Amino acid sequence: MRSVSIIGVGCTKFGERWDVSLRDMIAEAGVLAIDDAEISGEQIDALYVGNMSGGRFVEQEHIGALIADCAGLSRLHVPSTRVEAACASGGLALRQGILAVASGYSDIVIAAGVEKMTDVSSGTAADALAAAADREWECFFGATFPALYAMMARLHMRRYGTTHDQMAAVAVKNHHHACYNPIAQYQMEISIEDVSRSPMVADPLHILDCSPISDGAAAVVLAPTEMAKKLSENPIKVAASAQASDTLALHDRRDLTTLDATVHAGRAAFTQAGIEPRMVDVAEVHDCFTIAEILAIEDLGFVEKGQGGKATEEGLTALGSSLPVNTSGGLKACGHPVGATGIKQAYEIALQLRGEAGRRQVDEAEVGLAHNVGGSGGTALVHIFTR
Amino acid sequence: MTTQAPRFWRSIPQRYNLSGTHCKRCDEYFFPPRNLCPNCRRGSHLEEYTFKGTGSVVTFTTIYNATEDFEKLTPYNLAIIQLDEGPKVTGQVVSSSKDIKIGMRVRPVFRILGKEGDRGIIYYGTKFAPLMEPSCEDEKR
Repeated sequence: MRSVSIIGVGCTKFGERWDVSLRDMIAEAGVLAIDDAEISGEQIDALYVGNMSGGRFVEQEHIGALIADCAGLSRLHVPSTRVEAACASGGLALRQGILAVASGYSDIVIAAGVEKMTDVSSGTAADALAAAADREWECFFGATFPALYAMMARLHMRRYGTTHDQMAAVAVKNHHHACYNPIAQYQMEISIEDVSRSPMVADPLHILDCSPISDGAAAVVLAPTEMAKKLSENPIKVAASAQASDTLALHDRRDLTTLDATVHAGRAAFTQAGIEPRMVDVAEVHDCFTIAEILAIEDLGFVEKGQGGKATEEGLTALGSSLPVNTSGGLKACGHPVGATGIKQAYEIALQLRGEAGRRQVDEAEVGLAHNVGGSGGTALVHIFTR
Repeated sequence: MTTQAPRFWRSIPQRYNLSGTHCKRCDEYFFPPRNLCPNCRRGSHLEEYTFKGTGSVVTFTTIYNATEDFEKLTPYNLAIIQLDEGPKVTGQVVSSSKDIKIGMRVRPVFRILGKEGDRGIIYYGTKFAPLMEPSCEDEKR
């Protein structure tokens, strides 16, 4: 297996992008990444794209061929593959790209992600997203995504004494970080009271505990590390790529307050990279709901089980502390175009490790981690990057 | 859409009865039924089993913002219930949101889950209701 590096990154503005289409966004992100890598179309061996539900959101499937076409690569006949793992589609596309380069099958590969979610009503969007849960044994009985995470939150509060204010602290922190990120959907501060007073979605989760419906696309360019050294002045090395699965339905899990897929992918990634969780300088974790970030920092081993809420409240995961989490603003405030999220996480970590993150730059960041979850934890991906 | 779900779902017997499987080899119970026991795999000795239906609330939420199919029901309670034999299921709990608690005992009830408009198909299935178990006081009388 060959070592793999990122040699270029690009990301569109996230948000309600009513002025552009899925096609416009994927072309924009792709061109930004290719420009950043300073490569030409002829050098690209393969494309992978994460997209959860083009069929439901814009009534367009066959996203693989579409992105090759939109990127101007149709006449080069570059193989292009769409992958899907619900909200982890982007992370999965990144992993497929890494595997293709590591295996020696391909040299230069683009891993991208895209989702255009705001062209349908919020009810249709909620239903499309609910397809990531167990349609027959959860949704049929009235489950929604916020409801599944609300049930995890309720049990976490009961077992570990986690409070709603501690969960709200995740949203407050991520909104603060997003103020420094020009691509973020919500570049505005919010308070604990704003979260607590916002409408209830699924008790105990309020609307400001939830990530938004968003449009956006992101892309990264991968190359073998040996080649990357020649092609790029600041390549970012992929130190680990790990993936794990679990039951589709939340109720079938071993423990309702742990995402075992995260635990397994995390352990595998740390072993591959040969590092400990405490050596990570900056992390992007999957905060689709505030409770999800608390579970993530526990399940990845950054804090003890049950201490995630307290650690967040004490500011341990804020910019300027020992482990800044979600400097991009996370899914909560940067936005969550589901297929693009996993790639945007790699984009953010690459900027941090290159020292190009502007006002949200983490000093001397050398090791970064990206954690992407599908559904309520049926899929998890963990990637570790180094300078 | 849940109510536009494949109509064969309606003919899944487990929609209407809490019937599953029991592995005689490792003594674990499964709902919905499985063809292979995940513990014993090819060594499985599965038999059909109808659950008593009683169980306890493991965790719950009250949903205020639902998908289009369930919008008219809001707010409603959704819970993960552990059946007395062991498996966990997701289902609605028909009670006031003030009364529902972790650990609350429940029993299954047969209810309408959804309709395709006024004239369309009606979907039925299991919900749960609080179980009034005879307390010690009652027994003394």
